[in-house]
Amino acid sequence: MRSLQSVLEKHKFFEGMETSYLELITGCASNVRFKTGELIFREGEIANHFYIIRQGEVALEIPVPGRGSITTQTLGEADVLGWSWLYPPYRWFLNARALESVRAIALDGECLRTKCDEDPRLGYELMKRFSYIVMQRLQATRLQILDIYGNRVNEGHEE
Amino acid sequence: MKNKVINPLLPDLYRIKKMTRETYDTFTMKLYKVNGEMPPSFKAGQFNMLYVFGAGEIPISISSDPHKSKTLLHTTRAVGTVSKAMGKLKRGDQLGVRGPFGNPWPLDESHGSDILIVAGGIGLAPLRSAIYEILSKRQNYGNVVLLYGTRGPEDIIYSNEIEKWKSEFDVHVTVDHTIGNWNGHVGVVTTLIPKATFDPLNTTAMICGPEIMMRYSALELENLGVRAEKIFVSMERNMKCAIGFCGRCQFGPNFICKDGPVLPYSKIKALLGIWEI
Repeated sequence: MRSLQSVLEKHKFFEGMETSYLELITGCASNVRFKTGELIFREGEIANHFYIIRQGEVALEIPVPGRGSITTQTLGEADVLGWSWLYPPYRWFLNARALESVRAIALDGECLRTKCDEDPRLGYELMKRFSYIVMQRLQATRLQILDIYGNRVNEGHEE
Repeated sequence: MKNKVINPLLPDLYRIKKMTRETYDTFTMKLYKVNGEMPPSFKAGQFNMLYVFGAGEIPISISSDPHKSKTLLHTTRAVGTVSKAMGKLKRGDQLGVRGPFGNPWPLDESHGSDILIVAGGIGLAPLRSAIYEILSKRQNYGNVVLLYGTRGPEDIIYSNEIEKWKSEFDVHVTVDHTIGNWNGHVGVVTTLIPKATFDPLNTTAMICGPEIMMRYSALELENLGVRAEKIFVSMERNMKCAIGFCGRCQFGPNFICKDGPVLPYSKIKALLGIWEI
């Protein structure tokens, strides 16, 4: 447990978090591994965890009938995977697949939600940190939607 | 002895030595001077005006090694009338070339710094000359990182070279969208910036790509602590004369052809969000 806590306290996501809260969070943590190609979670399933990726790449995919699986984003070392555990109805809205052998720390969502309900300050801390990630991913998605490399006619300066 | 007067508005005649297809819409021309002379020397980041006879003239950045000056390389994406006509040219065809013009990347001024290169789409072309220059004087720079983003895997240019570069410095490639067999990174290029290894207080960042990508990359870099004066972007605007006479490329108080195309972000930051300019 001590080694898990030391990994968590060095992670950017938990930077500046009180030791007592880190101890509480570590109580909900466990080491996990996924093989190449393995589904970490599937769209529609109950979201009971989030993951701190320690090694390997994970693809976030949306299966589209007739077009295959569209990867919307990949996450790698030090990234946080999954926030659906925090917001009702606690279900994944896309698939996460290991693109290579993945090592991660899984944090039990139900366990964390219980602790957050008991101590709203912990809940606020986690909510702030997850909101930041959601905001970053929203910004990135906005740029993706803009399709900035699309065709554009400007004969003024074409590299 | 009479001095030769060079008229910057008069193109020299060049011939295509080789035409390489980079992607479905992007090609690289290798050019040599028809009269047998060496092309004028250039600095990484500068551009030439390329004249396709019967179609028109457009500015295209030079993407060759500044130290290998027998020929010129120009990578172009066929998107408009002139570039589409250019894409139809073949080995042996002729075109007019004026240049080089504009401000280069600040490579001499960046000795001792980490170098972060952020390229989007065909924006890698003007940065390739800078990469050649950096690699030829590798000991002069700290950590060198290239972050390259494209729309999809089929839009990646210089793929063979990128693979070679991976053994020489830190290279990360990402695509915005993909279906199928791509096992690399997916996401906009700005998402790679916080993960790159560089010292924000001692880094020169060089960015080239769509303007909105450059804006958000610069913002991300500033958030990480890189000073705006150390962030350089390569701007594009309608250029005609390329020597600051005609005013077509005016961007606020700057003429992109003469004061740019490479400009410090600190100089144009306030103008970048104004779409009317």
